[in-house]
Amino acid sequence: MDERTAGRPAPAPGSPPGPARLVAAGVALVVAVVVPLLVWTYARRGPELAGIPFFFWYQFLLVVVCVVLTTIAYRLVISHERDRRRAEGRDVA
Amino acid sequence: MSGGIDPVALTIFLFFFGLVTVLGFLASRWRKAASLDNLDEWGLGGRSFGTFVAWFLIGGDIYTAYTFIAVPATLYAGSVTGFFAVPYTIVLYPIIFMFLPRLWSVSHRRRYVTPADFVQGRFDSKALATAVAFTGILATLPYIALQLVGIQAVLDVLGLGGGPDAGWFRKDLPLFVAFAVLAAYTYSSGLRAPALIAFVKDTLIYVVIIAAVVYLPTQLGGWDGIFDKAQASFDLFNRDNADAIAAGDASAKGLFPTTGAAQWAYASLSLGSALALFMYPHSVTAVLSTKNRNIIRRNAALLPAYSFLLGLLALLGLAAIAAGVKVDNAQLAIPQLFEQEFSPWFAGLAFAAIAIGAFVPAAIMSIAAANLWTRNIYKAFLRPQASEADEARQSKLASLLVKFGALVFVLALPKEFSINLQLLGGIWILQTLPAIVIGLYTRWLHRHALLAGWAVGMVWGTYAAYSTPVVGKPGTHFGGSVAPLEVLGVRLSDNLVYFGLTALVLNLVVSVALTFVLRALKVSAGVDDTRPADYLVDAGDPHVEDDLDAIQTPPAT
Repeated sequence: MDERTAGRPAPAPGSPPGPARLVAAGVALVVAVVVPLLVWTYARRGPELAGIPFFFWYQFLLVVVCVVLTTIAYRLVISHERDRRRAEGRDVA
Repeated sequence: MSGGIDPVALTIFLFFFGLVTVLGFLASRWRKAASLDNLDEWGLGGRSFGTFVAWFLIGGDIYTAYTFIAVPATLYAGSVTGFFAVPYTIVLYPIIFMFLPRLWSVSHRRRYVTPADFVQGRFDSKALATAVAFTGILATLPYIALQLVGIQAVLDVLGLGGGPDAGWFRKDLPLFVAFAVLAAYTYSSGLRAPALIAFVKDTLIYVVIIAAVVYLPTQLGGWDGIFDKAQASFDLFNRDNADAIAAGDASAKGLFPTTGAAQWAYASLSLGSALALFMYPHSVTAVLSTKNRNIIRRNAALLPAYSFLLGLLALLGLAAIAAGVKVDNAQLAIPQLFEQEFSPWFAGLAFAAIAIGAFVPAAIMSIAAANLWTRNIYKAFLRPQASEADEARQSKLASLLVKFGALVFVLALPKEFSINLQLLGGIWILQTLPAIVIGLYTRWLHRHALLAGWAVGMVWGTYAAYSTPVVGKPGTHFGGSVAPLEVLGVRLSDNLVYFGLTALVLNLVVSVALTFVLRALKVSAGVDDTRPADYLVDAGDPHVEDDLDAIQTPPAT
């Protein structure tokens, strides 16, 4: 996530936002990518949920968890970009 | 399959087919632009799609008819890694979230229509851009062909295939007609056609699958009944074939990967496929058609709804076992399940959903391949002075050629050939990742090194897939997409790893090593046509016009 460090046009009014929100968003996204790949943590039959083995229902749960993580990342990135635009003295969409 | 044609199922099927045909032609009037005679309008829908349309379009693009047939088929066949499609589509979206907004910005700022345009502008290398365009076209063709395989499965079960004794003409005529219609409205409406049809397709798919997932367990003894029957069926197979499995002549069946080796295969297939998917030209086409960069991010949070659906659909493969569906060709398991368990009108609805599900991606893919041809081969080599109208005309013609090429492909060659090539397509397209994705962040990798890395990855990946025999049939080829990790004959690990990923690692190693050499030798790295700020711009920013003129594009030369 080097969005912030990439070059900007001429110095702008206001101080640009720090990278904290982008880093947090990056962490949320990395978690959403890595956790589903740790197959050994969920390749088992039990505990079953309504007759569905853990392996399957856990991955359905992961879909939901990853949606939450991506949504958090979205909000963080959007608010960061809004502040960056404001600092650069541009219109805030 | 059962021979006769069910009139109710057929009527419903034809009704929806007629509906999408009308929509396809009417699409050219939707959000009407002054003219469809330029690539932005025809090939990117005017770059004007919002969150809602993009959700349907990208969803229609990723979750294809073949997915709907093939994913449950692998579970039906007892492949322990079959469910990998779900984690694959989970990890896909965070990856899209990270990389594609940058591609959107730079493409919008510099008016790039294809990934190869970007590579040309960024690395100033015609050879590298051509390699990327060539790989994209090569990987897309079998993907389109597979959509036809999906339609064929449905037509077969509907009884339109004419049965096993039918001549080739009788057998292939329905497919031919369906595809001619698709070709005609893609030609006239461009990307608007699949975008509009995607609404019908996805609505049908959601209705059908949710109904099936709610209804089927009540008929088959609940989910525990379904899983128990599937497990019992796999256990029986494993017991009957214990000797063959021990000798390595057959694969043990199961519900999920229990061994470490299979779990590696599962994870590496998920990651590799996710990385490959958004390198495909048709994903890029769908993404560039959105009207601002945040629509992609918002969609990354909304598209997983489809992953949920895909998982449910995959489980229907197990339901087919529990329902006693017996087919030699696993691809027919789901159509057969619908025909057997549901009333004819619902089966007709399901078949229509699958067939229309093939039209949307086939149309987008052929448009994407046609854009690559026009921008990066026709304009770059054959007619650099081509006008905007020339480009649009070329793309339209190329989209026809691509589709008929795919049709000939499916009709003339064994079905396995399309499936093998699709497998190779994923491996190939991954080899363009260093130039595109790493290129979005840095120009450190040298253009010649990237080209060499691409070549090594392509050759090694193809060779590895070619030399993998089908289980139990030594001397055969394209037996799978995973193998124990071996480098130059030395086995590093028994864990099964997706060839696409190993080829990509090799590609990166070569690219990095040669970059050091080329930089030491001070070989020219060319001129970067992009500026760092280009990667962050959004609609409404200076120099990012909503309605840009293709002629002002830095020419793709």
